[in-house]
Amino acid sequence: MASAPSKLYADDVSLVVVLLDTNPFFWSSSSLSFSQFLSHVLAFFNAILTLNQLNQVVVIATGYNSCDYIFNSASDLNRSFENGRMPVMSSSLLQKLEEFLIKDEQLSKGEPEGRIKSSLFSGSLSMALCYIQRVFRSGALHPHPRILCLQGSPDGPEQYVAIMNAIFSAQRSEVPIDSCYIGAQNSAFLQQASYITGGVHHKPQNLDGLFQYLMTIFATDLHSRSFIHLPKPVGVDFRASCFCHKNTIDMGYVCSVCLSIFCKHHKKCSTCGSVFGQAQSEAASASDKKRKTPET
Amino acid sequence: MNNGAGKRINGGVEEDDDEDDVNGDLDAWERTYTDERSWESLQEDESGMLRPIDNQALYHSQYRRRLRSLSSTAARIQKGLIRYLYIVIDLSKAASEMDFRPSRIAVIAKHVEAFIREFFYQNPLSQVGIVTIKDGVANCLTEIGGSPESHINALMKKLDCSGDSSLQNALDLVDGYLNQIPSYGHREVLVLYSALSTCDPGDIMETIQKCRKSKIRCSVIGLSAEMFICKHLCQETGGTYSVALDESHFKELILEHAPPPPAIAEFAVANLIKMGFPQRAAEGSISICSCHKEAKVGAGYTCPRCKARACELPTECRVCGLTLVSSPHLARSYHHLFPIAPFDEVPPSHLNDPIRKQKRNCFGCQQNVLDSGNKPGLAVVCPKCKRYFCLDCDIYIHESLHNCPGCDSFRHSKAATAKED
Ligand SMILES: [Zn+2]
Ligand SMILES: [Zn+2]
Ligand SMILES: [Zn+2]
Ligand SMILES: [Zn+2]
Ligand SMILES: [Zn+2]
Ligand SMILES: [Zn+2]
Repeated sequence: MASAPSKLYADDVSLVVVLLDTNPFFWSSSSLSFSQFLSHVLAFFNAILTLNQLNQVVVIATGYNSCDYIFNSASDLNRSFENGRMPVMSSSLLQKLEEFLIKDEQLSKGEPEGRIKSSLFSGSLSMALCYIQRVFRSGALHPHPRILCLQGSPDGPEQYVAIMNAIFSAQRSEVPIDSCYIGAQNSAFLQQASYITGGVHHKPQNLDGLFQYLMTIFATDLHSRSFIHLPKPVGVDFRASCFCHKNTIDMGYVCSVCLSIFCKHHKKCSTCGSVFGQAQSEAASASDKKRKTPET
Repeated sequence: MNNGAGKRINGGVEEDDDEDDVNGDLDAWERTYTDERSWESLQEDESGMLRPIDNQALYHSQYRRRLRSLSSTAARIQKGLIRYLYIVIDLSKAASEMDFRPSRIAVIAKHVEAFIREFFYQNPLSQVGIVTIKDGVANCLTEIGGSPESHINALMKKLDCSGDSSLQNALDLVDGYLNQIPSYGHREVLVLYSALSTCDPGDIMETIQKCRKSKIRCSVIGLSAEMFICKHLCQETGGTYSVALDESHFKELILEHAPPPPAIAEFAVANLIKMGFPQRAAEGSISICSCHKEAKVGAGYTCPRCKARACELPTECRVCGLTLVSSPHLARSYHHLFPIAPFDEVPPSHLNDPIRKQKRNCFGCQQNVLDSGNKPGLAVVCPKCKRYFCLDCDIYIHESLHNCPGCDSFRHSKAATAKED
C-alpha cells in the first residue's frame, strides 16, 4: 500500500469512484434495508466531500440488468452548505438513482428468472476505469483516483474473465480497488481485486455500524493510508470460474495451450480447439526408451 | 509488498502489446515518408474542401489500422504457454574476458537474473533449469523447477570460469533431462556462449539431429563472434541465433526469449492438467508448511485437496501432488483468448441527429463526443451493444481494458456473447 501513485498535485486530493450495488434480488433478502444503507452511504459521501474542497465523488450504480452513472460531484452545481443541507443530499443523486432503479427493473421484465442473482460488477468496474482514464488524460493536475465497491450480491462467475481483465488494467494504471462486502458469503472477486491492486477489502461484522466502517477504513486518502493501521486481509480467496459451466471452482483442469479452466475433463478445448490426446503416455514412454539405450 | 515489483514488470509486459507509435510526433513532411498512404492524411470538411486531419484523428486511424490487421491475422493465436527451458551458461575461460564491463560473466549473471524473473512472470506454469559448461564438462547447476529464487541463488555462487567449452556435452546433458518432461511442455534450450570454439568428444552433428528429433528448440546468444556450428544448431532445431554487440544489446536479446514463442502444433501435445487454486491464508496465521517442514507465521497457501500448506506458488503439493497455481496468474493471458471486436466509426450525420441526442456522451467516460469543436467522425460504436464511445476510450478499451463497458453493462447482451463463445 506504500505504492501511492505519484501523479497527483496534492497528496490528499481524492477522486472516489463508488460502485453502488442496487441489485433488487440482494436488497430484498438483506438484513440491512436499502434505505438504511443509503443513509449510511450518503453520509459517507458528504464526509469525503467535506474532508477536502477539491475531493470528487462519482457514483455508478451496479444494477441487475444495467449500469449507469448516477452522480458526479464535479458537475453537481448544488454543492453548498447553504440552508443547512449537506451537499450530496441535494436530491439529485436520489432522483437519478430512482430513475435508474425503475429503468433497471423494466429491463428485467419479460426475462425468465435466471439462477444468477449477481449484479453487473464487470460493467460498472469497466466504466469506472474509463472515467479514471479520462481524468488521467485531463493533464498533469488531477485528483488521486481510487475505486470503492460497495457490494452485497454474490459473485457472477460468468463475469470472471471480464473482471480479471479490469483488475489487471487497474493494476497497470495504479488505481487501487477498495471493496466493502455487505452480503452473506464473502466475495472471491472483490478479495482478488483489492489484493491485486493494493486496495483494502473489508467485510463489516455489524452492518448497523456501516458508516463507522466506511469512515475509518475507506475515507482516508491514499497518501495517508501508509500512516494508519488498516485491517489486515483475513486471507484471499483465489478461486476461479470454469469456462464451461461458469461455476466457481478451487480445483480444475487447465488447457496446456491456452490456460482455459474447466471443471471436468473434456476431449477438446472449447476455447482454442486443441484436442487433448492420450498421446502423452505414449510419447513419454517412447522418449524414455530412446533415452535409456544410449545411456547404458 | 511485492505489489510494486509486480506493477513494474507488468508495465514491461504491456509494452509488447502496445506497438510502436513512432509516427505519433512526426512533422507533417516526415509523415509523408513514413506513411505511404499519404492520401489518408487528408479529409474532407463540411464545405467539401480537403484539409489535413489533426493529430488525434491521425493517431486514432493508425491505431485502427493496426487493430484491424491484428484481428484479421492473429485471431486466436495458440501460444506455447507451458515451457521447459534449460539455460546453458558457458563458464569457459572465454567468459572471463573483459570486453564487456566488468567481465562477460558478470554481465551474463546480471541479465540472466532479470531474465529468469521476467520469464516466470510471463510464463506462469513454466520451469527453468541451469546447466554450466566448464573445463570441457557440462554440469547441471539447478534442476528444472518453478522457483526463480533458487535458480538465481545457485547461479550467483558459481561464477568462476576456466578451461574450454563443449557444446556437445551440454546438449547431450540437456537432451537427457528434457526427454523426461511431460509431452505437453515445450522443450527449449537457451545457450549463452562466450567461446569461439567447442571441444567435443564426438560428432556434434549427431547430437544436433538428436535434439531435433526430441523437438528441442535450441537458441544461442553469442558474446564474441558468429560461429557456424551455433547457427547450424539453431537452424536445425527452429531456434534463433544472435550475437550481442554490447551489454544493452545482450539484455535486449535475452529478454526476447521471455515471451512465449508461437506454438507449433507438432512441438507439443495439448493436454488437460489438473490444478488447484489455493486460498491465501490470513496474514499472521501460524502453520507448518509442507515444503520447508517448519512452523511459519504469515501468509501461505492451502492446498484445496489435502489442506496442506505451501509457502509459494506455483508449486506441486508435497502431500497429494496436485499442481498449485495462483488463478490470477493464469487470467493475465485471457484477453488474448476473448478479444473484443473493433468498434465501428459513427457517421457524423448520426451524431447530429436530434433523436440520438442522449447518445452523445461516451458510454465509458461520459465525455461529450461532440465536445471538441463538432469535428466529424469523433465517435465509435460497439457493433454488439451499439453504445457510443469517444476515441480515447476506444483506444483504452482495446489496448488495456479488453472489456466493452457497454456489453458488460447489459445482461441480455451478456447471454448472447456467452453463447457465441
Ligand atoms: Zn464447468
Ligand atoms: Zn485451450
Ligand atoms: Zn515452506
Ligand atoms: Zn495437496
Ligand atoms: Zn470516453
Ligand atoms: Zn459493446
